[in-house]
Order: sequence, then C-alpha cells, then structure tokens
Amino acid sequence: MRTSKKSLRGTVGTVAAVAVLALAGCGSSTPTTPGGSAAPGGMQVPDLKALDKLGTPEGQVNVLAWPGYVEDGSNDPKVDWVSDFEKSSGCTVNVKTFGTSDEAVQLMRTGQYDTVSASGDATLRLIAAGDVEPVNTSLIPNYADIFDALKMKPWNSVNGVAYGIPHGRGANLLMYRTDLVKPAPDSWAAVFDQVGAQKGKVTAYDSPIYIADAALYLMTAKPELGIKDPYALDEKQLAAAVDLLKAQKANISEYWSDYLKEVQAFKNGSTTIGTTWQVIANVAQGEKAPVEAVLPKEGATGWSDTWMVGAKSKNKTCAYKFIDHIVSPKVNAQIAEYFGEAPANKKACAETADPNHCKVFHAEDEAYFSKVRYWNTPITACLDGRTDVKCTDYATWTKAWTEIRNS
Amino acid sequence: MRHRAGLAALLGPPMLWLVVVYLGALAVIFATAFWTTDPFTNLVLRTFTLENFRELLTPTYLGIIGRTLLIAVLVTVLCMVIAIPFAFFMARVAPRRYRGLLLAAVLVPLWASYLVKAYAWRTMLQPEGVIDSTFGATPGFGLTAVVLTLTYLWLPYMVLPVYAAFERLPESHLEASADLGGRPWTTFRRVVLPSLLPAVAAGSVFTFSLSLGDYIAVQIIGGKLQVLGTAVLQNITLDLPFAAALGTASVVIMVLYLLAVRRTGALENL
Repeated sequence: MRTSKKSLRGTVGTVAAVAVLALAGCGSSTPTTPGGSAAPGGMQVPDLKALDKLGTPEGQVNVLAWPGYVEDGSNDPKVDWVSDFEKSSGCTVNVKTFGTSDEAVQLMRTGQYDTVSASGDATLRLIAAGDVEPVNTSLIPNYADIFDALKMKPWNSVNGVAYGIPHGRGANLLMYRTDLVKPAPDSWAAVFDQVGAQKGKVTAYDSPIYIADAALYLMTAKPELGIKDPYALDEKQLAAAVDLLKAQKANISEYWSDYLKEVQAFKNGSTTIGTTWQVIANVAQGEKAPVEAVLPKEGATGWSDTWMVGAKSKNKTCAYKFIDHIVSPKVNAQIAEYFGEAPANKKACAETADPNHCKVFHAEDEAYFSKVRYWNTPITACLDGRTDVKCTDYATWTKAWTEIRNS
Repeated sequence: MRHRAGLAALLGPPMLWLVVVYLGALAVIFATAFWTTDPFTNLVLRTFTLENFRELLTPTYLGIIGRTLLIAVLVTVLCMVIAIPFAFFMARVAPRRYRGLLLAAVLVPLWASYLVKAYAWRTMLQPEGVIDSTFGATPGFGLTAVVLTLTYLWLPYMVLPVYAAFERLPESHLEASADLGGRPWTTFRRVVLPSLLPAVAAGSVFTFSLSLGDYIAVQIIGGKLQVLGTAVLQNITLDLPFAAALGTASVVIMVLYLLAVRRTGALENL
C-alpha cells in the first residue's frame, strides 16, 4: 500500500484499493489442499518441488523485506550491501519493505515477489497457502555455516523439508526517551499497568501479534493465569490479555507499524515509551533523539526470520543467488549490526565491525533465546502442548485486536 | 446509419470504461463481501456467507461507521461555515480586480501534495509545535486533529461552488428585496440562502465523500483513531471479504447521501 498512497485519495481511493485487492484476491484464491500432505497442527501442505539446479540469472530479483534488511544505499549511502551483488551477479535488486507480517503475507500473495524475509508468524501461512515453495539448501553454499540451532525449525520446515534459509533473530525491545522517562524502565509494566507520568505517550505495535506481548507480560504479572507460551492462549487467557490491552489504550498516543513514523514520534516527543526494534532505536539515535532500547526483565517477544522463495517466481536463479549473498558471512554481519540482531551465519561473528556484536546479541546463547518468544502463528491446537483445551487462533486474535483498537 | 456508428464509436470506449472498470469493480467488491477466509492462511474461500454483514452490525463496527459519519458531518459543517462568508466576501465585497487573486489563494493549496499538507499538520499539532507554542496547548493527534486537517484539505471544494453561486446571484434580486423592505438579514435568509443551497449541497458532496473515505490523513494525524478507511486498510491484509463488506458500507452511505442531495437539485450544479 505504501507506494500507492500518494495517488489514492478519499472515497474513490479506498473503493479503488478495495476493488484492486478484491480482484487480486480472486486471482490467488486457490484451494488450500491440492492433494498435499498433512503437517503438525492439521496443516495441509501443497505439493511443490524445490529448484533442482540454478539456471542463468534472469536479470532481476524482486525482494520483499523487513525495513533495514536489504539496504541499497538509498537511505544512507554508506549502508549498501546490494550494489556489489548487482554488479557481480547480473541481478538487479528491487526492494519493497513491509511493516507487519500480515502485510508481507498479502504482498507475497500477489505473486510479484521472488523472495521474502518472513517471520515465524508468516512462514506457515505462506507455506500452507502454496505461496512459497521448498528450498534446495544445497544450492545455497553459505547454508553450511548457518547455526544448527536455526536449521529445520518448526517455522522454516515442514515434515523434514526445508522451506527457507535462516536470516537472523532478535527481540522486540522497550524504547524510551532518556530525558523524559525517569527512572529508566526495566519492565514491560512501564507500558501496561505502571505507566505513571507517561500517560498518553505510550506506543504499541499495530498488529494482532502484539497480543503476545501482553500475554508475555501476564506470564510474570499474573502467574495464576497459567500462560506458558504467549502464542498458545485459551479463551480465558486471551480475554485477560485483551483486557490489559484495552486498559493500555487509554495511555496510547499512537499505534505504529511504519517504522519511520515511530522514529519521528519519538523524536518530537509525542511518544516517549513503547515497543520497538533495535534498528528503530539506531535510526532515532542517529537523528540525535535521546532514546535507549532495553530488553525488559520479563523477556520479550522476538523474531527468527527466514528467506523464502516465491512459488510463482520467474526469477528463481537470481532469488537463490540473492539469498546466498544475504546470508554470506560479510553481508550477514553487516545486516545484523545495522538491524541490531543476531546473525544466522556462524562466520558472520568474525566479520562484524564490533568484535563483541555476536556476544552482545547472544548469537550463540541458546539459553538467552529460550527467553525470547519468537513470533509464531497461533492455531487452535495449543502450541504449548495442552490437549485439554482449545486455543484461540490468529483469526480470533485479529477480531480481538480490532475490538481493542475500537474499544 | 453512419451517424449512429460514429456515435457508438465515440461513446463506446468511455462507456466500456465506466461499466467494466468502475461499476465492475464495485460489483466485485460487493460479491467478495459474501465470501469468507481460511482462518489460518487468510486465503479467500468462495463459500457464500452473510457473516461479514452480520459482523458489520456489531457495536464495534457500528461505532466505527458512526465515528466516520460524525467526522464527515463535522468537516462538512465547518467547511460551510468558513466557505459561505469567504465566498460572499470574494464575490460581493472585494474589489473586482482582487477577485482573481483571492480565487488563486483558494486554489493554490490544491497544487501541493496531499501528503505534504497532512504531515505539515502533524508537525504543527505535535507537542512544542506551532500550535502548542502559540496557544499554549495542542489538541494532539486524534479526532479534533483529523477534523481540522480534513477541513483544511477540502475547503477549496466548498468555496468554489459557493463562490460561483454568489457570482450568479443577480444584483436585481437583492435590490428587489431591499425595495420591498427586506432588511439585510431577511434578504440573506429569504433570497440569498435559497439560491445558495444547491451550491452548498454540491460542495458538501465533495467534503462529505472525501472525508468519509479518507484514511491517510487519519493515519498521519489520527493517533489511535479508527475510521472506516483505516478499518478497511487493516482488514485488507487479513480478511479481504470483510474489508469488502466495510467498503460496501461506505458505498451505501454515499449513495444515500447522493439521493438526498439530488432532491435539492444540487447535482445539476456540479
């Protein structure tokens, strides 16, 4: 939607946008189960084959990425890990960024993108809908150096078939204005039930997945609810999270999904505290905003991202070459430092400008990442293994989120 | 016969455009609204259901529709209140040689990008922004900010038809009213206002419909405000049929509004 905003306006704009997407929706609404196989959770997987060998580069690759993942120098001339690749591979890289996983799923569904950096709450949806295909890891030489702890995980493989290449992982942090928020917060309570003087200046991520942040806080704040996994909430637990978020709404200044808007809100002080990504804190600090980002004591939600290949892609050779480039030690190190996350490539740790980067971001520290709850898609079968109750699925979360936003 | 073929060739392409692209798209939206999505993959499933429209009638969405209507009405009323005296000044009071200049002053903001103007308001409304430092307080981001910004954005669309109506109003009517003993206020109420009504209604079609569908300004200066446009946007990624049902709601409101406006005879004035 972002690029078309400038031309869309008013009723006509909204109507036209709905119409275009309605048409797009018609085109891509394939049946979910064309003779595929079943995966855990009752998921049906379409029968798609991975590429068996690389051809000649097609000349371009259309990339769908989180902001900060594929920098081509247009934001900052010094931050560019695309131009060299374009010269050496003969593949022009066209990047489109997205603000939420839901947006990524919708854009990927148009079939216009060859590869996507998908988080765990998008990967399975893309796989089940047949939007992405298995990946032949032997065609990605750098796959050998990826941390074993990230390979063949429930969010990037199904029935022992790899569907993507790990990119990196990190946590959603708590950002605050150092000059306005005192004392420095160390708990998510600062955005939920102990907002204090920051009333009306809190921000939250505008996506149903943010419900997990409330659930994560409730794991320590209200242990009697018995939440073990913030993505496996039964109806009672979801209701508690929704109540917490409805109460939080009174303290919110704005919800964000556009990262540049969050940077601006923190800069001008209309927002002083709220959830963020490290890259947003870095950009804001780069623009001289007095902000700091911390990992609160309750732990945090986070992400472990995967590069996937579009099933309808016409540029698969370029897509494979691009993915191999992006997880190569040097580039993976640059991205990890720029975005503020742990790299996926073991050898990247030797390439970072800050020799301690991998240590600071706990690249090899599995105990640390056990506290970070990666984004995942909630389904009716409880992800924490409970069988005596039914959990709430993402559709329910979506409805709940709309209810919160309009309470 | 040749005459007819020529006419068909002339009207064919635009008619095709209107029917296929414009009405066709509306029809597709309406049809999509009866479908549903897979709860896991969010794919559109083509099974008939009325669930989306039932959902539309829950308090949450009636609230959104009501809020959007309120904004559209407030913006339209504010535009009227500002535009009528301004257009009167332009057409009747200001010396003729300044009219072109005043008209240009009204039109110039339309040349600037919509986004630039919305972001300008964001900067003005933020804490320690121009409004805060001048008046000591700012309404902040929210409903007030949205109404202010939309009023600013759509004002020219109201000024222009009202100005044209004032221009067209024959001087002799006003003189006749004065000759018959009408005081200025009575003249305004009984002579000017009735001849102005169609123009105001025409202007309100723009201000009302543009406010009803706006979601970009709301995203920029609306804070946590949710309106029909932003609800459509939010649901487009997750639940396309429901987004279509929401879109249908705004189409229905607009059709009803246009039917009401038609009764004033304003559509002949557009």
